[in-house]
Amino acid sequence: MALDTVSHASSTPDFELPFEQLGLKADEYEKIKGILGRRPTGSELAMYSVMWSEHCSYKSSKVHLKQFGEKAPQSDALLVGIGENAGVVDIGQGYAVTFKAESHNHPSFVEPYQGAATGVGGIVRDILTMGARPIAVMDPLRFGAADAPDTKRVLPGVVAGIGGYGNCLGLPNIGGEIVFDETYAGNPLVNALCVGVMRHEDIKLAQAHGAGNLVVLFGAKTGGDGIGGASILASETFNTSKPTKRPAVQVGDPFAEKVLIECSLEIFAEDLVVGIQDLGAAGISCATSELASAGTGGMNVQLEKVQLRDPSLSPEEILMSESQERMCAIIEPSKLARFMAICRKWDVTATVIGEVTSGERLHITFNGELIVDVPPRTVAHDGPVLTRPMSRPEYLDSLKSVVLESIETPETIKAAVLKLIAAPNIADKSWVTKQYDRYVQGNSILTQPEDSGMIRIDEQTHLGIAISTDANARWSYLDPYNGVKLALLESCRNIATSGAKPLAITNCLNFGSPEDPGVMWTFAETVRGLADICLEMGLPVTGGNVSFYNQTGKVAILPTPVVGVLGVIQDVRTRTSISFNESGLELFQLGNTDDNFSGSEWAHLHGQMGDRAPHPDVDHETRLVKLLLEAQGLFVAAHDISNGGFAATISEMVLKSNVGADIELPAEYIPGGVTAGLFAETPGRVVVAVKSEDVAALQKLADEQCIPMHKVGTTGGDLLSINGASIPLTELRAAFTETFPKLFG
Amino acid sequence: MRVGVVTFPGTLDDRDAARAVEYAGAEAVSLWHGSDDLKHVDAVVLPGGFSYGDYLRCGAISAKAPIMKSIIIAAEHGFPVLGICNGFQVLAEAHLLPGALTRNADMHFLCTDQTLKIENNKTMWTNGFEIGQEIVIPMKNAEGNFNCDDATLHELESEGRVIARYVGVNPNGSRDAIAGITNKRGNVVGLMPHPEHAIDLLTGPSKDGLTFFTSVLHSMIAGVK
Repeated sequence: MALDTVSHASSTPDFELPFEQLGLKADEYEKIKGILGRRPTGSELAMYSVMWSEHCSYKSSKVHLKQFGEKAPQSDALLVGIGENAGVVDIGQGYAVTFKAESHNHPSFVEPYQGAATGVGGIVRDILTMGARPIAVMDPLRFGAADAPDTKRVLPGVVAGIGGYGNCLGLPNIGGEIVFDETYAGNPLVNALCVGVMRHEDIKLAQAHGAGNLVVLFGAKTGGDGIGGASILASETFNTSKPTKRPAVQVGDPFAEKVLIECSLEIFAEDLVVGIQDLGAAGISCATSELASAGTGGMNVQLEKVQLRDPSLSPEEILMSESQERMCAIIEPSKLARFMAICRKWDVTATVIGEVTSGERLHITFNGELIVDVPPRTVAHDGPVLTRPMSRPEYLDSLKSVVLESIETPETIKAAVLKLIAAPNIADKSWVTKQYDRYVQGNSILTQPEDSGMIRIDEQTHLGIAISTDANARWSYLDPYNGVKLALLESCRNIATSGAKPLAITNCLNFGSPEDPGVMWTFAETVRGLADICLEMGLPVTGGNVSFYNQTGKVAILPTPVVGVLGVIQDVRTRTSISFNESGLELFQLGNTDDNFSGSEWAHLHGQMGDRAPHPDVDHETRLVKLLLEAQGLFVAAHDISNGGFAATISEMVLKSNVGADIELPAEYIPGGVTAGLFAETPGRVVVAVKSEDVAALQKLADEQCIPMHKVGTTGGDLLSINGASIPLTELRAAFTETFPKLFG
Repeated sequence: MRVGVVTFPGTLDDRDAARAVEYAGAEAVSLWHGSDDLKHVDAVVLPGGFSYGDYLRCGAISAKAPIMKSIIIAAEHGFPVLGICNGFQVLAEAHLLPGALTRNADMHFLCTDQTLKIENNKTMWTNGFEIGQEIVIPMKNAEGNFNCDDATLHELESEGRVIARYVGVNPNGSRDAIAGITNKRGNVVGLMPHPEHAIDLLTGPSKDGLTFFTSVLHSMIAGVK
């Protein structure tokens, strides 16, 4: 059929458009008609439907997320806040760092390799768009049970996709998480975090200013991938001759992205752009409407100028295509020649597709025919806002406390430690991390399995940053308000354990269906908890991401709010590793252990969840962070205690060091005895290794901060001995390292 | 001394290689694939990465770049060239070195701290090492499996042109556990692992990699004398 132009839409008010198939509700469709004063054209409907989707509009979460603004702590560190492609933080010496995490969960289930690969590609472009050189990535991942058949399909594909894309971009992969739980079967979580660095003056924004400035699309040509719902418009309503729907998962080309990065950085260095936006979800629709909405005028776009990989694409499909490795820049006409010359140098396709106007509308034409005439703000920023029903889920009333056998004899201690460290959630992850380049760029100071990833920013001044991502979904399940607080506190502790000072946070909130009032309640509680803890800790939220509908039938994933904390270290040479590499050191545990096993890996291994998350002791954690930073010079090694408790922490330390340890847990002082001492996951604890001559100095600092300090052993030998149980390091290493190769080949 | 570092589209470790050159005490000069100008450098490093996205075959498209024409001519006259990882692949595709780097035996990308044994310290890039010296430098590749026909292997081995071998478990299936080789003259060296990532203990597993870069400076000084 003919092109559905604006004039055609005006003259055919009763023409039925498949708005429901595009995910719009009847009232939303009516609202669009109200905005336009007529029915939308097919192209306009395509734009609204994608931009008003949950993914792009945050319609279910917006009413909650505004707390991040309302409760924002006073901070001089934040240079660009929530709302841009990524927040930007001042780390001193004129440097600005931008970091953000995003989910690519659903595509990674459908097509693990491409889903994960394009997840990395998308977040890297967000960081690049701010004007920054991307310098590292991290990947918090969640999968179904480790031994489930589908996990064997999804995990290797996701890991290969992250590696295949990230390695090819030259970005070191410096950390992340891998957690298995049955609830993620069918809903794996693939979150990707990227961090970038720039000088303050180089920050770029997604704004289209200045009438007469040009709109330039550059990067890969536009193809038919990732069109998803919009292909309904094209193939079923408007052009019945079309063959089949196109693949809904985008296909990535990391080489195109690498070239795009270098090309863009060269363009930025010559200050050739007024504004810039990457093309991600909703492609050209999103980029043009967001640029125009955030700018001062309107925009005219000639859609036929877009260079296509597939000449059969309809205008709706061109607008919706999520082809990867594309950027949209706003350029003054006088700078176009230089811009194009740099694109030619890098063999990057660049095309002027329109211009900024002094009007207030976004006009899109196709071969001279007007097919879109909308106020851009109504597409990009004034989407629907829903106040979804919420109710405290019933499961919270039927939780059972953890009942475990006490472990005391050397034989049972040895068996229990070996069982724990072989568990997939605790076991060595190097089967995965060996597939990622951690060295490229030559600035990686700490990488997995360290507590945080650390990158040098300046080779002369030794300034660096550290990032840690954490979530304890089981605690969020038991107590969503406190669960996310605990995740943030753990992340801060990880940063400080490595020697950096926490500065700002980002988040990636993964939940089930917002249409389930119970899920919506846990989400709301999570946001409330996160906003409160950020205010309490004085850490600004730089941005975030919400992923809903991680649910199969009635089974939602565990609420999984991933928190990423950015820290600064003035001199990376002072960082602390988890590895001590020498004998005769004294080992101390900072912080007390209690007997709550709820949500712990040890309880999970016994098929139990428990009934209460630990209480987040913000005052203790704040003092602990202070102590860790003050005492950095005294630590030979330090390692946070989290998943798997003390037993996992000390095992990781001796194995990384390849030096044993003789541990005597003062069981009589620990509620819950040796079992809790080894396996409870009481927050606010760190194991440190110090030289004998430094113990008094550490004790003094610990006393000043009122942090309990318990001697737990000494380093040396080739055994891990715990309260009489002796485990040769070779046996410990075998248990720790064999799990992943056995599961995944 | 000026050491050129070539950037192809998709090169990743060019800035790392330049840093290693400067740590060694030379001036690093950036060279662009699309130009045949060697800018009067005294030696060249072809760094690691995924030039041209590994399309066609790793290194195949880069081997035809204008800068390679100049490098091939210079190398035939004794000009020092070090190819690291993708750079080694480019050298093989350019026929400055024999053999081919194929997919790792286990089909996975592998990033690990690799122990190597130095077998030839007569080349321009390895003269600072002792024969039999064991070094630890990172390796990271998906296509590092060195292959060649039996006659070539015999030639490489009998002429002592294997410069380094993997120690312990062969990480990628390379014939004779070969990690690096040289040409007959000893001026062109290809090495799969990454010496530029092992120049200090802050960012690398050792400082062992720096010796490749100081070696070439010694060769040039000796040559000048």
